[in-house]
Amino acid sequence: MAVKTIREALNEAMIEEMQQDPNIFLMGEEVAEYNGAYKVSKGMLDKFGPKRVIDSPISEGGFAGLGVGAAMAGLRPIIEMMTWNFGIQAFDQIINHAAKMNYMSGGQFPMPIVFRGPNGAAHMLSAQHSQNVDPMLCNVPGLKVVSISTPSDAKGLLKSAIRDDNPVIFLESEMMYGFKGEVPDGEHVIPLGKGEVKHEGHDVTVITWGKILHKAMKAVEVLEEEGISVELVDPRTLVPLDEEIIFNSVRKTHRVVIFEENWPFASVGSQISDRIQSECFDELDAPIARVSQQPVPVPYAENLEEVALPSKEELIEAVKKVCYRN
Amino acid sequence: MMPKTDSKSNANSPDKLAMYKEMLFYRRFEERANLAYTKQKFSGFLHLHIGQEAVCVGVQHALEEQDYLISAYRSHTQAIAKGIPAEQVLSELFGKVTGCSRGKGGSMHMFSKEKRFFGGHGIVGAQAPIAVGGAFAIKYKEEAAVMVCYLGDAAMNQGQVFEAMNMAATWSLPVLFVIENNQYGMGTDISRTTSVDHLYKRALGFDMAHSQVDGMNCVTVYEHMKPTIDKMRVDREPHLVEVLTYRYKGHSVSDPATYRTKEEVQEYQQRDPITQLGALLVKESLASEDELKAWDKEAKEQVKAAERVADAAPKPPQDEVCKHVFV
Repeated sequence: MAVKTIREALNEAMIEEMQQDPNIFLMGEEVAEYNGAYKVSKGMLDKFGPKRVIDSPISEGGFAGLGVGAAMAGLRPIIEMMTWNFGIQAFDQIINHAAKMNYMSGGQFPMPIVFRGPNGAAHMLSAQHSQNVDPMLCNVPGLKVVSISTPSDAKGLLKSAIRDDNPVIFLESEMMYGFKGEVPDGEHVIPLGKGEVKHEGHDVTVITWGKILHKAMKAVEVLEEEGISVELVDPRTLVPLDEEIIFNSVRKTHRVVIFEENWPFASVGSQISDRIQSECFDELDAPIARVSQQPVPVPYAENLEEVALPSKEELIEAVKKVCYRN
Repeated sequence: MMPKTDSKSNANSPDKLAMYKEMLFYRRFEERANLAYTKQKFSGFLHLHIGQEAVCVGVQHALEEQDYLISAYRSHTQAIAKGIPAEQVLSELFGKVTGCSRGKGGSMHMFSKEKRFFGGHGIVGAQAPIAVGGAFAIKYKEEAAVMVCYLGDAAMNQGQVFEAMNMAATWSLPVLFVIENNQYGMGTDISRTTSVDHLYKRALGFDMAHSQVDGMNCVTVYEHMKPTIDKMRVDREPHLVEVLTYRYKGHSVSDPATYRTKEEVQEYQQRDPITQLGALLVKESLASEDELKAWDKEAKEQVKAAERVADAAPKPPQDEVCKHVFV
């Protein structure tokens, strides 16, 4: 095991896969000569040359669509969105074309393409640079959606995403690229659709993913000091969702808090909540609690942004509530 | 079920007999599709290509088997021209599992991976970036093929098309943008929504090769496309060609086309591509009037035969609904 940043883990995943398959290429804004807006593609131009690591114009819909067409013709594109906020420009290509091509062609055109980039709020980037796209894209049949939180997951899941013959939405975070953690040496692949218990506990299940999993870990420390044992479940892949790992934890703890950086209406958390009440109704000792971000555009001012986003304190309060401890 | 060609021609001279029979077949195919729709054999949208046959046939004769093609939602005839059997296109219209998209695409979404037909697409202009992606793959894999991207006139005001053309021109990708200018984006005269008087001028903004051709004459279309495409095979540069054409029917079958005059339609019908080429065949003694009539009968019979196949074909089994969402 070596300690690596998420940035390095993603970089390694792409390089290893590109070394194995000449049909993989990386395209996006600033991915080549600039070495990536967040340096995720550092060194890749030198290694693979301009044929396979390509700086795109600022045309998200255009180069996402280029990826779709290239995938139809037998290539395996990795399309980097400088952020998913800009990726919204490409939603027509992602939703109407990448997600539907195999279906509406009766299975003739698999779509081996990865759309990846940072998702969600960073810090004081204001409303148009703080969007979470996971609920919107999880809603679309035909897309797989991955949300990473650790270097190990970043590498193992990106390798699986690149090998998958379906379109995969791969959600990262600007705030996490420098996060460090152990990554297994050698070939390291994590299958899509497999969650992980990030912290074992027995009193309450907290389901969370992506960047705010780290916020949840801090809440866990506080709660455990107060005598509440928390099981932290990270689905890692939102579509397909590892329901079993969630249900198993619920059957163990009987209490659930869903902690997500999404707006609450029709979110990923609301779907998970529905699946739990449907499959584990008799197991629940308290109503499922959800901690989401405020249903407002993310504001700029530091204090307002903090209020708008889900906090460690809100999670602690919600956990205590489902444990009837406040 | 395709019309059989019984004449051979030199590599660079148009096979007029084949062109004539193909256009005739496509006309009769679309008329039959229209009839089947009115008989409620199927539903949904139906965009007919009647009047625009010369474009499809003229382009196809300039292509080779390895070339790729992508189009919008008025593309039954282009799908057949690219090699999808007519009965599979009709079966698709009828929502049958034997359709070229297993009954899951319908009128707007004909596909054939084998024939390199990258689909009919229902979002105006969105096929343009996909076409550029196909051309990117051609260059990446060093294939000799070209990519043909059909677009309607109204697609020329769609942002994605601008993005696609910029990438094609910047990166020298072999994609031929064929703008079928039938003058109307649904019911809106293109002059009311477009800043340029000729759509080929859009290419100027990308420093892209461009041209314009009369789309009512199949031989003219072919004679324009053949050298254009041959040049692209060598220089691997994109090209935009505006083809001036006309649709006789409304935008879709639900459109009575009251936004234009009968006189305007008649004016184009006087230059009908099939009639024009038929007259030329007779004039050049390549065919007699009787033969033209016999071929018309033959085309109608071929379409009817395709329809019988489609009629008899099974619907998709119920479990097909969940197949192909993921691989």
